Amino acid sequence: MSLKRNVLDLRKRKEIVLQGGGEEAIKKQAAMGKLTARERIEAILDKDSFHEYDMFVEHQSKDFDMDKKVLHGDGVIIGTGTIYGEPVCIYAQDFTVAGGSLGLMHARKITKIMDHALKMRVPLIGINDSGGARIQEGVDSLAGYGEIFFRNTQASGVIPQLSVILGPCAGGAVYSPALTDFVFVVDNISKMFITGPEVVKTVLGEVVTMEELGGARVHSEISGNAHFFAHSEYECFEQIKKLLTFIPWSNQAKAKPFPSKPPRPEYKIEKIIPSDPTQPYDVRDIIRAVADDSDFLEIQQEFAKNIVVGFGRIDGETIGFVANQPSVLAGVLDCDSSDKAGRFIRFCDAFNIPIVTFEDMPGYLPGVEQEHMGVIRHGAKVLYAYSEATVPKITVILRKAYGGGYIAMNSRHLKADFMFAWPTAEIAVMGPEGAANIIFKKEIMAAENPEEMRKIKVAEYREKFANPYVAASKGYIDSVIEPEETRKILKHSIEVSSNKSVLTPAKKHGIPPF
Amino acid sequence: MSTPKYDLLEIDGLQYKTQFTEKFINRKKWEKPDPGIVTTHIPGSIIEMYVKEGQEVKAGDLLCLLEAMKMHNKILAPISGSIAKIHVNKGDKLHKDALMFEIK
Repeated sequence: MSLKRNVLDLRKRKEIVLQGGGEEAIKKQAAMGKLTARERIEAILDKDSFHEYDMFVEHQSKDFDMDKKVLHGDGVIIGTGTIYGEPVCIYAQDFTVAGGSLGLMHARKITKIMDHALKMRVPLIGINDSGGARIQEGVDSLAGYGEIFFRNTQASGVIPQLSVILGPCAGGAVYSPALTDFVFVVDNISKMFITGPEVVKTVLGEVVTMEELGGARVHSEISGNAHFFAHSEYECFEQIKKLLTFIPWSNQAKAKPFPSKPPRPEYKIEKIIPSDPTQPYDVRDIIRAVADDSDFLEIQQEFAKNIVVGFGRIDGETIGFVANQPSVLAGVLDCDSSDKAGRFIRFCDAFNIPIVTFEDMPGYLPGVEQEHMGVIRHGAKVLYAYSEATVPKITVILRKAYGGGYIAMNSRHLKADFMFAWPTAEIAVMGPEGAANIIFKKEIMAAENPEEMRKIKVAEYREKFANPYVAASKGYIDSVIEPEETRKILKHSIEVSSNKSVLTPAKKHGIPPF
Repeated sequence: MSTPKYDLLEIDGLQYKTQFTEKFINRKKWEKPDPGIVTTHIPGSIIEMYVKEGQEVKAGDLLCLLEAMKMHNKILAPISGSIAKIHVNKGDKLHKDALMFEIK
C-alpha cells in the first residue's frame, strides 16, 4: 500500500512541475505566438522518446526575497530523447518560469546535459528563450553563463551543437549560440542582441525596434549569426531534423549513408550554364544536378549570397558543397563570403564530411570598404580552412578561376585530392581584359588604333590562356571533363578517397586568422 | 520564381551581369579624411566646452569633454589652426561620427 502512496506522491510532484510557470504565464507565451518549452521538445523529438532529468531542481538563492519564490525546474527543462531513432541531448529554457532567466541551478542543469552529450558523443540541441541573467542571483548567473560557454568550446568539433533561438536571447546569453555550429531562428520570435533597444536608445539616442536590432531576418541576412531561418516554429523543427540526417553524431563517426538516388531530370547542366563567362546562372542548380534526388540543404541561405554552402548526398554519402554564386556579386570572395565558407569547411573537416567545391569566380571584391574591413584577414580564412582540411577535397572548375580566387578555392596547391575542370574553364592570373591591358600595354599604346589593338590582344590572350589546358599541361588539373560526367566522376573520386589518411605536423592547434 | 534584377559589376576590366546584395548597395563610400574635421568617435554627450569660434588652437589643445559609456573623453585638437566652425553646444547628445569642430 505504501508503495502505491509513494508513487502517487511522485506523480503529484511531477504534475506540479509540469505546469511550469502556471496557466497565466502559459497563456501569455501562447499570446506571443510561441510554444511552451515542453511542446517544443515534444515536437522536435520522436514521439514519447523524451526523458527528463533534474525535474525537482530548485534555486537556492535567498537575497531579494527569492527564498519565498518557487521556480519549477528553475526555468529550464533538460533531458535525452531520440530523433529518427538516434539519441540526442536537449535542453529548453522555459520562458513561463521567471522569464526563463538564468540562475546558478538553471545553468547547472544545462551544463549537466552538455557534459552528458559530450561524454556520450551525441548531438546537443539547446532551445533558448530567456530574458537573460537572473539579476537577483548576481555573479552566480554570470558564473553559469561562463560554465556553459566553456563547455560549448570543449564540445566544439567533437559533437554537433545546435542552438535554437525561440524568444529573446540577450546579453551574455548570445555567446552560447555563437559558439555552437548551427543557429536556428524564427521570424518574429527570435531576438538576439548584446544590448537591447532600451539601452541603445538611452546611451546612443538610436531608436530601433527589437526586430530591427536583432530579429531573425537581421541575423539571417546581415550579421550572419544565424544559419537557418524559418517562418514558424514547426518549420524550424523540420529544418533541425533535416540537418541531422546529413551530419554524423560525433567526430568519431561518419554521417549515416542513405540509399543512392539519381538527380531529378529537370536539372540538366547543359541547360543551366551559359558559356559567356560574364552571364549569371544559379550555381545551386549545378549542385542539384549532381546531388542525390537533387536534394540540397543550404546553410546561411540569405547571408553572403555570393557563396553557397550546404549539404547534399552523392551515392548516398553526405557531401559538403561549397560553390561560388555567379548570380550574386559575380561570385566574388569578400569578407562575409570568406567567413561563411571558412566556417563551413572547418565543420565538414571536423565531422568527416568530404568537400566538393564548384568554382566560378573572378577574384576578390575590389574597393576601399572591403580593404578597410579586412578582406585580407577574412579572405585568409578560406585558404586556411581548405589547407587545414584533411577530409577528401574535390574541386570542379566550371568557368572562371582567376588570380587569388583560383588559389583559394581548394586548388591543387592547397592539397585538393582531385582537380577537375570543364572545357569552359578559364584559369589565369586575371581575366583576359585586365591581363591583355598589362602585358600588351606598349603594343596597345603604340598602335595606330589602340582600341582595335586592345581587342586583338584580348582575343589573343583569351585564345591562348583562358582555358583549362595550360593548367592541365602542368598537372595542376587532373582531368578536363564533360559537364554531364560530373556526378559520375565525383562519385568515383569520393569512393577512391574513402580511406584517405594524411599526416599533419604535430601541434597543439593552428592559429587561424579569425 | 520572379526574374531577378541584374546589375553590372566590373572586375579587372570585365563587366559581369549579376545581382547586388543589400549590404553591397548600402556600403559606405570612402572619402578622403580632412585632418581639421573633428567628429565623435563614440556616441555621447558634451559636458564641457573649452573653445569658441575664431579661437586659435594648437594640436593637442582640449576642445571639449564628451561623456560616453560613463567615461569623460577629452576631445583634443588634431591640428594647429583656428576654430572655423563649432557645430555643437554643451549638453548636446551626439551620435557616433557627428561633426563637432572644423579647424582651418
